[in-house]
This record gives sequence, structure tokens and C-alpha cells, in this order.
Amino acid sequence: MENNPESTAPAVQPSRADFCTIACARMFARDGEVLISPMAAIPRLAARVAKACMQPSLVLSEEASLPYRRVFDVVWMGRRHVMMGASQVDRFGNQNISCIGPHGQPKVQLLGVRGAPGNTINHATSYWVPRHSSRVFVPAVSMVSGIGTDRAATLGKSGRFVDLRGVVSNLGAFDFAGEGGVMRAVSLHPGVTAEEVRDNTGFDVEIAADVPTTEPPTDLQLTWIAHFDAAGSRYTQVPG
Amino acid sequence: MSAAVASSPESASPALAAAELVPLPLDKRMTIDDVVSELSSGMTLGIGGWGSRRKPLALVDAIAASDLTDLTIVSYGGADVGKLCAAGKVKKLVFGFVSLDSIPLEPNFRKARQQGAIDVLELDEGMLWLGLQAAAWRIPFLPTRAGMASGVTDNAPELRTVKSPYDDGEELLAMPALPLDAAIVHVNDADQAGNCAILGPDPFFDDLFCMAAKRAYATAERIVATEDLGAVTLPRLMVSGVVEAPGGAGFTSCPPDYERDEDAQRAYVKQVKASKQHVI
Repeated sequence: MENNPESTAPAVQPSRADFCTIACARMFARDGEVLISPMAAIPRLAARVAKACMQPSLVLSEEASLPYRRVFDVVWMGRRHVMMGASQVDRFGNQNISCIGPHGQPKVQLLGVRGAPGNTINHATSYWVPRHSSRVFVPAVSMVSGIGTDRAATLGKSGRFVDLRGVVSNLGAFDFAGEGGVMRAVSLHPGVTAEEVRDNTGFDVEIAADVPTTEPPTDLQLTWIAHFDAAGSRYTQVPG
Repeated sequence: MSAAVASSPESASPALAAAELVPLPLDKRMTIDDVVSELSSGMTLGIGGWGSRRKPLALVDAIAASDLTDLTIVSYGGADVGKLCAAGKVKKLVFGFVSLDSIPLEPNFRKARQQGAIDVLELDEGMLWLGLQAAAWRIPFLPTRAGMASGVTDNAPELRTVKSPYDDGEELLAMPALPLDAAIVHVNDADQAGNCAILGPDPFFDDLFCMAAKRAYATAERIVATEDLGAVTLPRLMVSGVVEAPGGAGFTSCPPDYERDEDAQRAYVKQVKASKQHVI
């Protein structure tokens, strides 16, 4: 089996969902023998593809079968990479899945902070946003569940394990390596313009003039995507 | 509840006499109504399970129907929290999330929050179990990094930090103990002495809920003889009462006995959304 994933160009034009999947997979492929915890359909698919042909050391939950007690051990050990969703994210990567509006009486109650505070302060964290919009990418989040680069910086020594890898959306892949720890475009998916990203982001996002286009998945990677998602559930998240 | 003592007036040798005189442990069998009658308004009540998994909904429904008020609820919440909010029983909620898992948002909980009907202490999931663990161990706090510099501490100024007394000098969050007046859990099997066996793949934090509580009550699918119990997950020393309540998890899952009843859960959500009532 071919082990060099970047050596062939795809014969079939990949879909936007395929680009999203492979962008997420590349996030995971940087890891070693850590627990990968994807929290939505495309990240779950991406984790399986990454393990199958990019980084076999990844530990997926189906192998580990961990009760929650054990998951917290792994979280606090730091050997985990979680890819969470986000109802809101700001330019420093502060994430909100808890509630929108004042905490005492929210306008919209969502889930609660869940494990996001513990995740972000302990191990690698990235975000998957299927519909990139200025409702999600906001100037300020109502409640900080996952902490961003600015809050991590206030922690000194206690913040040394914060490892915000970035965001993948239906428009592109982003990191938080901009000046001062702000969100920056790493690549835009084919057909996406910088203007489209700016129009759909509620803060100034750094986009270099020569920002690359997201590399397409290879034939091998596409084969694995099709194998793990024959039913096409990725299209329910990113149509077309 | 009383101890039963077996004895034979004819036993001659001391060894035989000792074997026959071993008292049986307490019979802790109760009814759901017995449990509710032991709870009081204003109590802090912990509820085991997680989201829409192995929640003691039969007991929760009985509490919702009772005249108890002003409860502080500690839970990895699901419909347990939702139903108690809808019944106006909740003064304060200590939580990390409230979710029905396959349906992410719990409608009664949302209503209560959006109406400002309940006080909350919102914690990272890991902080919550550390609070129960500290209470179980009878220590005032456990140090953790989880929650620092987040909305958790923004909204809970009562949480404090502690500096390591050793050379590292690291500052950590001191998660305070979360002692409970009572805890309720749902298990697969129990014996009449209160030993409980959770047979599914995840016991969640039911043991900590029981250990952090003055009184812990378990509903069980079955009460069985001790010799038929299998591996004990909750030893009787942490269980005050057991109730035989088949189906006691309601529509939540209780593997291997039953999976979540997704139809019933959808019907519950639909009924809540259709209701125009405000939370009491």
C-alpha cells in the first residue's frame, strides 16, 4: 500500500467536503500516539482517514473504548487532540458552546462549557466549523468555554500546555499564528476568495495576498474517504 | 430495615456457632416513595448517569411530582435536569452540560435558563468530578488546571486558586468539594444489602456521587441474591437504599438491559416544545 500520501494528484475532482475532510485529517496527521477525539461527522471521518494512510499511531476511540473516568486521565496527561465544534469563536480562538447572551439569563442556552476549558488548557485543540459565517466568527464570544491565545497568555506557567492548532471551515484552514496570536488563513479551499472569507468573518482575519489554495486529497486519501463514508454523510455537513 | 440473625440453639462447637450466628447485612430495600420521603426541600441532590445514559428517571419523576422545593441539583445533566426544571424544583444547578446526547439541547433546561429561573454554577466536566471526589475524600479542594482563565472563573468568582507549596510554585485552581445531602443513581443489579453492579461499559461517576453524599439511593433493574450479583461497582458501604425498579432509567439507556428509547426521547422533546407553559 502506498505510504506517501502526497505523491499523486487526484484523478477525480474532489468535492468541497473532501477538501474539508482532508484539511481536518492533516490537522490530526501531525500528532503521534495520542487519543484523537473528533466531535462531528467530518472530523470523525478525517480521523479514520488520517489513521489509515497518514499516521497509523493515532489512537481512535473505537480502539480505546475508554470510560469517561479514563478519558479525563488522558485529557490531563495531555495525550489527546480534540476537534470541537463552536457556536462562536473570536480572533484569538476563544470558543463558546455554552450560551449566548448574559450568563445569568442567556438569550440562547446551548450545551454548557462541557470539557472545553479542561481540553484547551491541557492538550492539542482544533475547531471544525461547517458553515463559516459572521454569526460564528464574532468579535467577542458571550462565554469562553475553550480558551484562546490571549487568555492562555495571562496564565504564565499554568498555560504552558495550551496548543491551539487552528480551525477548519467550509471556506479554508486557519491557525492562530497571526501577530499577537490571532486567526490567520493557512489555505483557502478551491473557489474561495479572500473577500468571501472576510465577508463571512466578524473580525479582521489575516489573509496573505499569496495565501495558498488547500492542497487536494490524493487518490489514496480519496479512496479512504469513500471507503469510510460510502453513505456520503460528509455531504450533510458540507453540501456539494 | 433490620438485621436478621440466624442462630441454632442446638449448635455445640464454637466454629459452627460462629458460622450460624453471622448476622446478615442490613436489608436496604425501599420503594420509590420511601426514597422521596427521605428527601427534604432545600437539599443538595446529586444525580448519576450522564446526559441521556442511565439516568434514574423513575426517581426523578417521583421527585418532580412531590412537594419538594428549592433543590440544588448536581448532575451531568439530561432529562433529569430538564424534568426537575419543568416542575419548578430547581433553585440552583451545578453542571458542566445538559444534553440529551442524540438530541444535543435539552428543551426544559433551555427554557429555565432563558427565563432566568435557576441559579447556576457552571463547571468544566472534569472540575465537577473533582468536586465530588474532594467531598468523598473529606478534603476541602482538589487542585486542577481545568477551568482557569475561562468563562467558568469569569462567572464563578467564588472559585479560588492555590499556589503549589513546592519549588515549582505553580498556581492552580482549587476546585472546592461538592458535598451532597443525597445522591440518586440507576444500576443494573443490586442485592438487598445495597451492593450494586453496573454492567454496561461506563459507570460514569456514580460511585463518586454516592461517596460524596450523606445518603445514596440506587434504583436497580433487578434485586438479586448476593451470590448472583457479579462484580460489584458500588459496594454497600456507599449505598443507603436500593429500590427494585425495572425500566427505572426511563427513556435513557441502561446497557446491557436496554438502549435509549429514541422515539420516546423525541416525543418528550416534541411535547416540551409544543407546550407554551413557562417554567415555574
